[in-house]
Amino acid sequence: MTELATNLRRVAIDPLSRVEGHGKVTLLLDENNHVQQARLHIVEFRGFEKFVQGRPYWEIPVMVQRLCGICPVSHHLAACKAMDQVVGADRLTSSAEKLRRLMHYGQILQSHALHFFHLSSPDLLFGFGSDVAKRNIVGIATEYPEIARQGVLLRKYGQEVIRHTAGKRIHGTGAIPGGVNKNLNKEERDALLADIYQIIAWCRDAVAMARRLFEQDPALYNEFGRFSANSLGLIRADGAMDLYHGGLRARDRDGKTLFDHENYDEYWEHIYEDVKSWSYMKFPFLRQLGADDGWYRVGPLTRVTQCDFIPTPLADVERREFLAWDGGRAAGATLGTHWARMIEMLHAAEAIKELLHDTDLLGDDLIVQGERRGRGVGVLEAPRGTLIHHYRVDENDLVIRANLIVSTTHNNQAMNEAIRSVARQYLDGQELTEGLLNHIEVAIRAFDPCLSCATHALGKMPLTLNLIDAEGNEIDRLVRNGQGECSTGICD
Amino acid sequence: MAKLRVATTSLAGCFGCHMSLLDIDERLFELLKHIEFDRTPLTDIKKCGPCDLGLIEGGLCNAENVEVLLDFRRNCKILVAVGACAVTGGLPAQRNHLDLGACLTEVYLTEPGLAHGGIPNDPELPLPLDKVHPLHEVVKIDYFLPGCPPPADAIWQFLTELIAGQTPTLGHGLIKYD
Repeated sequence: MTELATNLRRVAIDPLSRVEGHGKVTLLLDENNHVQQARLHIVEFRGFEKFVQGRPYWEIPVMVQRLCGICPVSHHLAACKAMDQVVGADRLTSSAEKLRRLMHYGQILQSHALHFFHLSSPDLLFGFGSDVAKRNIVGIATEYPEIARQGVLLRKYGQEVIRHTAGKRIHGTGAIPGGVNKNLNKEERDALLADIYQIIAWCRDAVAMARRLFEQDPALYNEFGRFSANSLGLIRADGAMDLYHGGLRARDRDGKTLFDHENYDEYWEHIYEDVKSWSYMKFPFLRQLGADDGWYRVGPLTRVTQCDFIPTPLADVERREFLAWDGGRAAGATLGTHWARMIEMLHAAEAIKELLHDTDLLGDDLIVQGERRGRGVGVLEAPRGTLIHHYRVDENDLVIRANLIVSTTHNNQAMNEAIRSVARQYLDGQELTEGLLNHIEVAIRAFDPCLSCATHALGKMPLTLNLIDAEGNEIDRLVRNGQGECSTGICD
Repeated sequence: MAKLRVATTSLAGCFGCHMSLLDIDERLFELLKHIEFDRTPLTDIKKCGPCDLGLIEGGLCNAENVEVLLDFRRNCKILVAVGACAVTGGLPAQRNHLDLGACLTEVYLTEPGLAHGGIPNDPELPLPLDKVHPLHEVVKIDYFLPGCPPPADAIWQFLTELIAGQTPTLGHGLIKYD
C-alpha cells in the first residue's frame, strides 16, 4: 500500500458491486489530483485451464460451464465447437446447429435482460449518484414495477429456451461433441411460440428505453467514460452479425479494417496475451499493433457497430438508428453499450422466433462424427463478447492442454481505459463521495463484466476508499458501511 | 410482521446459485414482501450488517473468501451453504490434487501465446489458499442446500418455510447432487 513511486497518492474502490465477480479499482493521483494511473484488479484465481487436463474430452462442455452461472451456455457451446473439431464433425446436421443456435440466442436474451434490468437499470433510471438504499432491483420494483416485471419475464423466457434445449436452466447438458443430445418436441416448441411475440414487443420497448436515456441527456450519455479503441468480433461470411459462428474481423480505432473473415482456428496468429503483476486477468492484444497499442474492445458495442447488417428486420432498423444518433456519437460511447445490448436482445428474440418456425428443430438427425483429431478451437460471440476455447486431446481421449480467452478478458484494457476516462472527467479535484465512487462502477458495469469468467475465479469484497499522501500516510478515508452510508475520517 | 433481513454473497463459485435464486422468476416480487436485502451482489451494500439469514454460494479459495465468510457468520443468525461449491468445494476443488504453484506457472508463465509472462503477485491481490475448502470446515453452517445449482423450486421452498417459521425440509425431487 505504501510502496508508491514519488509523489503519487493511491485511491482504492473496493469492491465493485452489481457486477459478477471479484474486482476493485485503484487510482494513482498526482498532487493536482490528475489521474496518473487507473487499474482494475481482478483478485481471484481458479485455474480451470489446468484442472481440466486429464479429463476425457466429452466431460469438458459440462465442466467448463461452471466458469460462469450467468452465461454457462457460452462455455458449453464454445467447448462443444472445439470438441466438434476433435471428433471430426466438420459440419453439424441442420437440426443440431439450429438447436444450438436456439440455446445460444436464449442465453443472449436472458443475460442481456439480467444485466440491463437487474444490475444496471438502477443507475440509468435513478441516476449515477442516486440514493444507495434504492439503487438496486428492489428500488426499481417499487418505483417502476412494470419495468421490473418485464425484466424478470424477459429473463425467464430466455431461461426457458435454455431449459427446453439444454435440459435445465443453469449448467445443462444439451450439446455434445458432434451435435446435440435432444431435439425440441412439439409441446416445447409451442410453449415457446406462445409467448415470443410478447417478448419481441418488450424487447422493442427496452431498445426505446435505452434510446430515451440518450435523448434525455445526450451530453452525459455520449461522453461518459468515452475512449476510442480497436475492435474485434466474429462476423458472418456475408458481413451479417452472427453470434454463434463466423470469421474474425478487427478494426483499428479509426475504423480501418485490420483483418476480416479470418479463420479463428489459428487465433494466436492475431492475438497475444500479456500478464501484469497486479491482476489475475490477462491482457490480450492484436499482434500486428503490439502490446501497447493493440488492445481492443469486444461485445455488444463492437458487434452492432462492426457488422454490415443485422439479419433480423426490427433489430436492423434499430442498428441504423443507433449508428445515426447524433452523428454517430452513441456508436463510440461507453454507455452506448447499453443501447447496443438492447438491440442485440431484440435480435435474439427475433432469431428465436424464426428458429421456432423451422421444423428442423423437431428433427432426429442430431449427431455426426468424422476423422478424430488432436486439437480443437471453438469461438463464438458470448453475451459479453468473443469467447475462445482451445484444447489438445491425446490418443486416450484425455485433454492435455487448454487455453481459454473469455469475453471480459478481451475487454480488460478497455475497462481500464473507461475508468481512467471517468476518473479524469469526474474525480479530478473533487471531494470523494459515494455517488462519485458509483460513477466509476457505472463505467465498468457498461461492459457487463463477468469477472469470474475472466480469471476463472469469483467472489466479493468490502468497499473503502483511501487517500494516501506522497509519503504513504493515510490522510483521508471514505467508507461505505453495511447500510450503504458513507462516512469519512480515519478511525482505525 | 417485520421483514426477514437477508444477505447473500458468492465466494469461489460461479454465480449460478444466485441465478437459480432469480429463477424463481415473478415469485421474486412475492418474496420481496417478506424479506429485505442487506449485502448481496444485487445491491450496493458492501458489508454485511446484522441479518436474520445469510446465503453463501461458493467455497473458499483465498484469504479474502475466509474473511467474508467469518463476517457473515458473525452477522447472520442462520447461515446457509448454497450449492455444490459451498457444500463440498465443488468444481474449483478439482485443483486440490494439483500443486498451486504449478497451476499458476502454467497459466501465467509457460502458456504459449504469452508476450510477457509473470505470476501476478501485487499486494492488491489476496493470497490464494493452498486448497479449496467447503464452508463448514471453517464456520458452523445451519443448513446445506445441495445441487449445481440447487433448483429454484428448492430455494423457494426453503425460503418460504423459513419465512413461515418452520424448519425447512426438502422432499424428493428438490435435493439434487448434479
